[in-house]
Amino acid sequence: MLADVPMVLMLVGLAAYTVLAGADFGAGFWILFAGGGRTSPAATRDHARHAMGPVWEANHVWLIFVLVVCWTAYPVAFASIMSTLSVPVFVAAVGIILRGASYALRGQLDAAPRRHIIERIFAFSSVLTPFALGTVVGAIASERIPVGNARGDAVASWLNPTSIFIGALAIATSSYLAAVYLAADARRLGERTLELDFRERALWAALCAGALALSGLLVVRYDARPLFDGLTTGSGLAMVCVSAAAGLVTVVFVWTRRFGPARVSAALAVAAIVAGWAVAQRPRFLPDLTISQAAAGRSTLIAVVIAVAAGAIVLVPSLIVLFSLFLRGHLDAEATMRAPALVVSGTGAASRPRWLGAFALACFLVGGGLVVLADAGWAHALGVTMLYAFAASAFVLAATLDT
Amino acid sequence: MQQYLFAARQMQALSLSVHIPLVCFGIAFPAMVLFAEWRYLRTGDELFRTLAKRWSKVMLALFAVGVVTGTILSFEFGLLWPGFMAAFGSVFGLGFALEGFSFFVEAIFIAIYAYGWDRLSPRLHFLSGIPVVIAGVTGSLFVISVNGWMNHPTGFVLANGAVVEAHPWSALFGNAYFWHQFVHMCFAGYMVAGFLVASVYAWDFLRGRRGRYERTALAIALSAAAIASVIQPIIGDWAARAVAKIQPVKLAAMEGLAQTTSGAPEHLLGWYDGRTVVYGIEIPRLLSLLAFHDPNATVQGLETVPLADRPPVNVVRLSFQTMVGIGTLLALLGLVFLYVRFRKGRLPESRWFYRAVLVAGPLSVIALIAGWVTTEVGRQPWIVYGFMRTSDAVTGAHGIPVGYGTLVAIYLGLAGGVAWLLHRLRQAPLELLGPSTPSVSEITPSRSQEASHAR
Repeated sequence: MLADVPMVLMLVGLAAYTVLAGADFGAGFWILFAGGGRTSPAATRDHARHAMGPVWEANHVWLIFVLVVCWTAYPVAFASIMSTLSVPVFVAAVGIILRGASYALRGQLDAAPRRHIIERIFAFSSVLTPFALGTVVGAIASERIPVGNARGDAVASWLNPTSIFIGALAIATSSYLAAVYLAADARRLGERTLELDFRERALWAALCAGALALSGLLVVRYDARPLFDGLTTGSGLAMVCVSAAAGLVTVVFVWTRRFGPARVSAALAVAAIVAGWAVAQRPRFLPDLTISQAAAGRSTLIAVVIAVAAGAIVLVPSLIVLFSLFLRGHLDAEATMRAPALVVSGTGAASRPRWLGAFALACFLVGGGLVVLADAGWAHALGVTMLYAFAASAFVLAATLDT
Repeated sequence: MQQYLFAARQMQALSLSVHIPLVCFGIAFPAMVLFAEWRYLRTGDELFRTLAKRWSKVMLALFAVGVVTGTILSFEFGLLWPGFMAAFGSVFGLGFALEGFSFFVEAIFIAIYAYGWDRLSPRLHFLSGIPVVIAGVTGSLFVISVNGWMNHPTGFVLANGAVVEAHPWSALFGNAYFWHQFVHMCFAGYMVAGFLVASVYAWDFLRGRRGRYERTALAIALSAAAIASVIQPIIGDWAARAVAKIQPVKLAAMEGLAQTTSGAPEHLLGWYDGRTVVYGIEIPRLLSLLAFHDPNATVQGLETVPLADRPPVNVVRLSFQTMVGIGTLLALLGLVFLYVRFRKGRLPESRWFYRAVLVAGPLSVIALIAGWVTTEVGRQPWIVYGFMRTSDAVTGAHGIPVGYGTLVAIYLGLAGGVAWLLHRLRQAPLELLGPSTPSVSEITPSRSQEASHAR
């Protein structure tokens, strides 16, 4: 039971990554295919790029979350997966570097002549990365990773029908999520034609993703029969139905231009696929390793649960703040509102109490003396604290002097 | 299994060397940005707001690059060292889980801070930066707790080479051998971020641009760097004594000490020829004094362990001497700055001082990397000190040299891109970034006036 808890946490993280970062990857897809709408390709690309600005780093951290929970709670499985799948994992890593770097660069390039090259790199890596990560999921789902250090086939483990299908599905669902979200953003910004463009793109992408998912079931039936059986019976089937229903509902919402609810149902459709995969494969993690066999010892699992629970107390309110500011447009590139002006309450000049200099010097001498001369742990702790106090007070003194 | 050990180690070292300078900006830069904004809140002087806002763009860009280079590191744990992860992930992994949450908080609030200028009220905006400052420091605390554990592994029970019992909390935080590393890294963060930022304005000063904006920016960056570099030798002394006690072989490699010696001398420069340090300047008894605060103390030599258990001496020794040498020069530079600042109440005026600051930025990065090479290579041949050899941890996958070559090419491109990006941010005219209030547009004429005056 306890052995399953970190797996549930990882799946929640994976669903969040698929939905949130997926939408960011999809924005890159629409930068690559920005033509064919009523709006000019340049304006379309700008819209796709600006929409993810404030949130992509936070969305990306979900991937780190999944990795660290995996290597702490299921270390042997993690090592087996990463070593056998070194090629697609490295390709995903390269994609992530290129994508992050080109995004950071592109923001400063509005008039530069070489901006298109950077933008192409960004768009290309936005397609490459979800595909590579999808093949990793496919390799796990089709049970091609034996336990051990690089024991699986270095190529066939990830270049196989199931992996290619899931890689393609990752691109399709990302594009679909992105189109829905970008349509919603366009409405918020009052960009009517952009909104209609992305509405159409969302409908087409939904059609493609749905068709791909259905034909993919056939691929899985021949290539990974246990997975197919899991997806077509019991709770696996239920999740597939939830996903299909949520997908259809999203199409209706998008058709009728109710983008707020469409955001939610589109996310549900994608998250249900992740859940469906999990229940279809349960309790196997790798071919000869169940989840409970893969799990670390009890004290490690409890530590992970405590750490995640404590982290969630900080994380959940922070995410709510971020997304409520973001979705209300408070972090948009064009200022839609102005902050109230500053009212200075102080005297104007920074206050520099006379005792601060003496305090800083005393902290330096006593703190330095404790660190250098003492051996006890408490003395070092006190000494270091005093050195920090010296650093802070001396910095305030040095930096607030007239220049 | 070991055919790619060297390539894997080089790939890891490259990735760490690229990421660690960015970590310094994560530790130190948010506090500097917030200090500038705090001055704005206190004085209402738009110059401080302009400064904080410009710096926050640099902060966000460097954070974005740090996000991706940090992600590569987490991939490489599994890609390069699956043996290490499989055997010990359950012991140390918790540190990274906690770091993940720090990273989350940092990413969330850095976005709110950097995109929230003009939209949030000034005080709320300032408050949104505080989690960034805290998370930058706690993130490095958690990562270094893992590194401290690798150097001094505790908190687990082994049976037949496998961990049968793990106590992650006590392994990471009950370990007394990581606090010196963490504090040393914190001050290193302030030195690197402070000196690098100061380098930029020192260049301006040398070109005659000594306007109020440049003076203010330089004073903040250089104050932080100078104070940190004066404290750093004290922390370094603590670190050296801890290494002498817990990892005596690492200390012997740092000093090139072959034989266990009482009243051991210190050698400056020179070369370890396999038996002793040649061509160095010998200072009698200094090593014993530094390592144990006793000129007659006995210092353990490399001979106490078999050849196969010794780290590569010259790499460790050269890196250590580089770090200490540069650190000493930077501390002297810091003392000069603080002396002029407090005794004369102004910034130094000499062109030689600003030439020194100009090179201090790059030098501080070299010292930082040399310090990490000292501790990481000094731990070899162990990945988990005394328990697992690096050669037993490395991946069995092929093609590591291809990955290494690809990564070299990508990081070269990345370095070029970041340099160009920072150049662009610097070239942006001051007015564009500030609000169109009179006080900011006043900056530019006064800048050019003073510039022409200085010439």
